[in-house]
Amino acid sequence: MVEVLSEPGSRGTTGGALLEVDNLHVEFRTRAGVAKAVNGVTYTVDAGETLAVLGESGSGKSVTAQTIMGILDMPPGKITGGEIRFRGSDLLKLPEDQRRKIRGEGISMVFQDALSALNPVFPVGWQIAEMFRMHRGASRSDAKKKAVELMDRVRIPGAKDRVNDFPHQFSGGMRQRIMIAMAIALDPEILIADEPTTALDVTVQAQIMGLLAELQRDSNMGLILITHDLGVVADVADKIAVMYGGRIVENAPVHDLYRNPAHPYSKGLLESIPRVDLKGQELYAIKGTPPNLLDMPTGCAFHPRCPYKRDNCVTDVPPLNTVSGTRGSACHYWREVIDDSAS
Amino acid sequence: MTAPAEPILEVRDLVKHFPLTQGIVVKRQVGAIKAVDGVSLDLHRGETLGVVGESGCGKSTLAKLLMALEQPTSGSVRIKGKDITKTRGAELKRMRRNIQMVMQDPYTSLNPRMTVGDIVGEPFEIHKDVVPKGGRRRKVQELLDVVGLNPDHINRYPHQFSGGQRQRIGIARGLALQPEIIICDEPVSALDVSIQAQVMNLLERLQSEFNLAYIFIAHDLSVVRHISDRVAVMYLGKIVELGRDADIYERPTHPYTQALLSAVPVPNPEGREQRERIILQGDPPSPANPPSGCRFRTRCWKAQDICAEQVPLLQIREGSSHPSACHFAEVNDAVGTH
Ligand SMILES: Nc1ncnc2c1ncn2[C@@H]1O[C@H](COP(=O)(O)OP(=O)(O)OP(=O)(O)O)[C@@H](O)[C@H]1O
Ligand SMILES: Nc1ncnc2c1ncn2[C@@H]1O[C@H](COP(=O)(O)OP(=O)(O)OP(=O)(O)O)[C@@H](O)[C@H]1O
Ligand code: SF4
Ligand code: SF4
Ligand SMILES: [Mg+2]
Ligand SMILES: [Mg+2]
Repeated sequence: MVEVLSEPGSRGTTGGALLEVDNLHVEFRTRAGVAKAVNGVTYTVDAGETLAVLGESGSGKSVTAQTIMGILDMPPGKITGGEIRFRGSDLLKLPEDQRRKIRGEGISMVFQDALSALNPVFPVGWQIAEMFRMHRGASRSDAKKKAVELMDRVRIPGAKDRVNDFPHQFSGGMRQRIMIAMAIALDPEILIADEPTTALDVTVQAQIMGLLAELQRDSNMGLILITHDLGVVADVADKIAVMYGGRIVENAPVHDLYRNPAHPYSKGLLESIPRVDLKGQELYAIKGTPPNLLDMPTGCAFHPRCPYKRDNCVTDVPPLNTVSGTRGSACHYWREVIDDSAS
Repeated sequence: MTAPAEPILEVRDLVKHFPLTQGIVVKRQVGAIKAVDGVSLDLHRGETLGVVGESGCGKSTLAKLLMALEQPTSGSVRIKGKDITKTRGAELKRMRRNIQMVMQDPYTSLNPRMTVGDIVGEPFEIHKDVVPKGGRRRKVQELLDVVGLNPDHINRYPHQFSGGQRQRIGIARGLALQPEIIICDEPVSALDVSIQAQVMNLLERLQSEFNLAYIFIAHDLSVVRHISDRVAVMYLGKIVELGRDADIYERPTHPYTQALLSAVPVPNPEGREQRERIILQGDPPSPANPPSGCRFRTRCWKAQDICAEQVPLLQIREGSSHPSACHFAEVNDAVGTH
């Protein structure tokens, strides 16, 4: 297993995808009770592929990502079930020193609050170089040279002159590019980008998304893009996993989901996008509030908000039903939903 | 929407320069960050003015100036005829009650040691006459419910909420005093679409109910379009184009507005490979040292010599019915509608 992991380019032996999150469960034990943040998340990403993870705020997107990275706060967090297979081997069973190696080299992450993730007292070049010193044992001057190269690669103008500048001397978009530089420093096979453009305006967003696409093309990196921006998703995703209440409620190739959603929650999301022809009208809004993780609704977690709800939704948890070879929907009545959204 | 004659908010030639200092013991001013540099606008009762523009162009500084949280370098901000920049003490406190803000950053704008109930109820502590003490808890719970939070979570702390949930707390607090003007600085940016729609419906409902006026700052242009009657586009401390929503979105004449609109991702994957984009190169120049003449000229594909020499004024130009600050303002057919 160790050999498989340290041999670049090998894809394991299971024949599965590069990264497979399989029925993952994570809870937080807080004073107020047990918060079930992740309740059976399953998704896969392959080399060169872009998976967009969409979902309600608090639905467990970041916690899932933190668990993949092995940086979950434990305690209060606790992984109560499931596997995360990277090239076929379960990361959750690896000792910490091997996980540390995979972090950065195998899988790396751009964080949701990236703008505050840079250390304000060190020059950005030093912070990037540190990745090479820590993981590769590079010399100071080599590491610094690498840092300049990376800053170039993420298009920081005049990288050579700016390598000694401090984070506050860069704009928000540039700091985000520096965070991306750090994340791709060790040529990861999978990059998790958690809301990489949420704090940025659209012209910089377009640059950053273009940059990510280019980096992905260059190195055939798998990308997990966590976002709530349905525009960005439509632009770049190959496939989508929609989360609700700590579960994947629908997964589908991008075109299928936008054309013809198979879960009432994804259908509601698409309908609540502001559109020009709806100006001056009330927007469609999914009624109600997100579930309380300390006290999840019985049966289908979406039932208190669902226009399709029937009696059995309150009692029976819907499995992730196969809609077609590449699609799944965790709804008892997905056929009805898909018929409605087709018309 | 017909705008009534009397604006509730009149901003004239507003300027905010932050001093740039050097030296540790003796600070010398070596320049200034021209965060807001000559902004004029009106806001009418019951109207929503959207403000869009690149990161760092001065939107939040403008918002803070309107709230008198920052003192302007020059210019005036009149609320119902009274200049808030020249008001102090109890009078200022009274004026502030009327103009509330929903903040941009859900991570740092909430005090981590206060419960959600204390945060949302804080305005009632400052303005004690609004809700009698005994009714405050219920009022706070109502507000939580209205923004899509569980009213039973009133005793929780901000860190126990996700980013999006925290933003809703800030919105609840902004709504607490039912002011006449609400400045929303990226109020729905961190929210998922379903709650975003609820909050926008809520803002619109409150607006028609109480005839509220909004300044709505956001980077999501489709959200801004949905809620705004008029839209101001800012670049490096100045308004470069101002018009009714259809003027800005369907007939933009300033190259920056055109680039901005073409960068908006369309929430539909059909035909995404064919879409044409104007992707601006580089970052906006530093507001400490803005380019001469037109500030957009370093990134503008239409720039001519005159652009470096003359500042283009925000005025109505030939072939268009709304003001634009470009010497060569014209409608560009390549930029579609959103
Ligand atoms: N350290 C923690 N302690 C307790 N609860 C936590 C902790 N971290 C996360 N949670 C809870 O786990 C749930 C999932 O949070 P997560 O950050 O994954 O949401 P998200 O889907 O990323 O949402 P957003 O879109 O708002 O970022 C939330 O309800 C959150 O309150
Ligand atoms: N207190 C301050 N001292 C010095 N400079 C400041 C201060 N506040 C803001 N600035 C600078 O003024 C400019 C405008 O900042 P502002 O926060 O208003 O931008 P913004 O349009 O809100 O950007 P964003 O979309 O990123 O929120 C920036 O260059 C910023 O660095
Ligand atoms: S299982 Fe029932 S409640 Fe859940 S989404 Fe489907 S119809 Fe709605
Ligand atoms: S004035 Fe000149 S530089 Fe400025 S936007 Fe117009 S064409 Fe471009
Ligand atoms: Mg998150
Ligand atoms: Mg701002």
